[in-house]
Amino acid sequence: MLNPDAKLVANIFEKPEMAPTRDGFGKGSVEAGKADLRVVVLSADLEESTRAEWFHKEFPDRYIEMGVAEQNMATVAAGMANYGKIPFITSYAAFSPGRNWEQIRTTIALNNVPVIICGMHAGVSVGPDGATHQMLEDMALMRSMPNMIVISPCDAEEARKATIAAAKVGKPVYMRFGREKTPVMTTADTPFEIGKSQIFWQPKGLTFSEPQQSHEKGLTFSRVVIFGTGPLTHNALLAAQQLEKENIEVMVVNVATIKPLDEKIIEIAKQAGAVVTVEEHQVNGGLGSAIAELLSKNAPLPIEMIGVQNQFGQSGQPAELIEHYGMGVSHILAAAKKAIARKS
Amino acid sequence: MLSDSEIRDLEQKAVAIRSTIIEMLVAAGSGHTAGPLGMADIFTALYFHVLKHDPKNPNWEDRDRVMLSNGHIVPVRYAAMAHAGYFPIEECLTLRKFGSRLQGHPEREKLPGVETTSGPLGSGLSQASGYAYAARMDPIREPSASNGAGGKKNTFRVFCVMSDGEHQEGNLWEAMLFAGKNKLSNLTAIIDRNNIQIDGMTENIMPLEPLREKYEAFNWHVLEVDGHNIAQFIAACDEADAIYEKPTVIIAHTIPGKGIKEIERDFRWHGKPPKPEEGKKFLDELRTMGGKISSEHQ
Repeated sequence: MLNPDAKLVANIFEKPEMAPTRDGFGKGSVEAGKADLRVVVLSADLEESTRAEWFHKEFPDRYIEMGVAEQNMATVAAGMANYGKIPFITSYAAFSPGRNWEQIRTTIALNNVPVIICGMHAGVSVGPDGATHQMLEDMALMRSMPNMIVISPCDAEEARKATIAAAKVGKPVYMRFGREKTPVMTTADTPFEIGKSQIFWQPKGLTFSEPQQSHEKGLTFSRVVIFGTGPLTHNALLAAQQLEKENIEVMVVNVATIKPLDEKIIEIAKQAGAVVTVEEHQVNGGLGSAIAELLSKNAPLPIEMIGVQNQFGQSGQPAELIEHYGMGVSHILAAAKKAIARKS
Repeated sequence: MLSDSEIRDLEQKAVAIRSTIIEMLVAAGSGHTAGPLGMADIFTALYFHVLKHDPKNPNWEDRDRVMLSNGHIVPVRYAAMAHAGYFPIEECLTLRKFGSRLQGHPEREKLPGVETTSGPLGSGLSQASGYAYAARMDPIREPSASNGAGGKKNTFRVFCVMSDGEHQEGNLWEAMLFAGKNKLSNLTAIIDRNNIQIDGMTENIMPLEPLREKYEAFNWHVLEVDGHNIAQFIAACDEADAIYEKPTVIIAHTIPGKGIKEIERDFRWHGKPPKPEEGKKFLDELRTMGGKISSEHQ
């Protein structure tokens, strides 16, 4: 069942509102800009599709057009942050942090200045643009970097909150956003805090039941936790709904902050005994890897990773690409059962 | 205008800074020699005349900022800062050693006054441009609070020291476009035009000339000076300050390794330090003004 504390939308399974997470950035940047005069937004010739234009319209003097020059955008922002501004740099994730990784490493992360790198159009759901523009390695690139916070919002509302929070955190941040309209799951009341994960779906007894209680209820021992990040968390919820019907106890945790990872994940995973991770990213280096690193040290458990399996994307419609690359609801269901079956 | 004796004093200071550079590189056992020696006159002029700064208060908000883009010549900056009073000169001998504030390439959070972290080439001008742009955005500087109240007008200048070889990096040309477009007159770039890079002569590796015309085409005000003529360099900085419509670049023609005959103009000295016995010989050369003062011989 949905976790009431997460205060999710009521119509989460029946035609929820659809909005791209980049819209959440657009709204959040305007709110952050109103709250703090130091906030500036830089754009590399993509202000419409990154939604940087929303900030531009509101604060023309604090919007800086950089032209098609992502390396310069990152380093100019580093200089501005060094001075005392709070710059958001906006482009497609394939170009930023794709092209300007070293500049981000040296002049933002090592320099330790609060630049917020906003990578739009992440994932295969960019669709027809094809593999060049479908960024699937951004979290891996940014997660390996000391001082860097990495956030992957699950919907437009969480993206709005994350943008506002990033402006206040005073550290280097990477945030990834999607192009495609995806279900809005959270509400203004859904808690959001950098570094905290959120339980979206939980077993009926709030937490995993004790094994004997499950026996009494005639349920099986089967239980699994699904850690999702980004809009695919909705697919994880759809899978959970089905799993519950099959008497499998399931928890879905929305992991918005990939780094630092919420240590609460360890306890939840231990209780579940089997883990599935879900992300629209290479399984190498993203959420799945992050959780595997955490659990291998603290609670070695079977982990099945849903994500792109060491390959590039291609042109197509977002939904068919998500299915083709193994990130659909049926894939998550199968992965959950496989993880459970692997329990010793 | 500086008097002749004031110029002499600065030249003597530059010799002392060169000596410190030799001592610190010998102690470190690694690092770059030619670039720091070649830029000793310019860093002397900056730290002992041009810059508005306070060594006892390195974070003074009205200070002029110097962004060192080619971080590998940082020994000259450390030596100049030490001689100016930022930290004890003896600390220079910790260069590149474990736990030192004097990292092999400068880090902002390690040593107050270095302004930014650099080493990978071609991104200092962007950082300096961003800083200059941000400073100009604030007619009245905000304190640290978000309300924008209080504060003063920004009057400081932003300097960026670059190498010639790093002009082979694409990022730098992006920064040249940006600074030119935005007419960042509070930005003064200084190029160490010494014609060498690690693998050889710049014009053989990847030609940069005509460098002046390239900057002019990017809407910069261009000055060229003898990088070992302190008076000429100071005059160029004054002129750069007076230019209102454009950023200024000072192309400083320098001799790599200047001051040590054996090192001068030899690209093989770009990236290696003197050995201890070489160091002693070089220090003698500096302290005796090329053997003219025999009593200095130790």
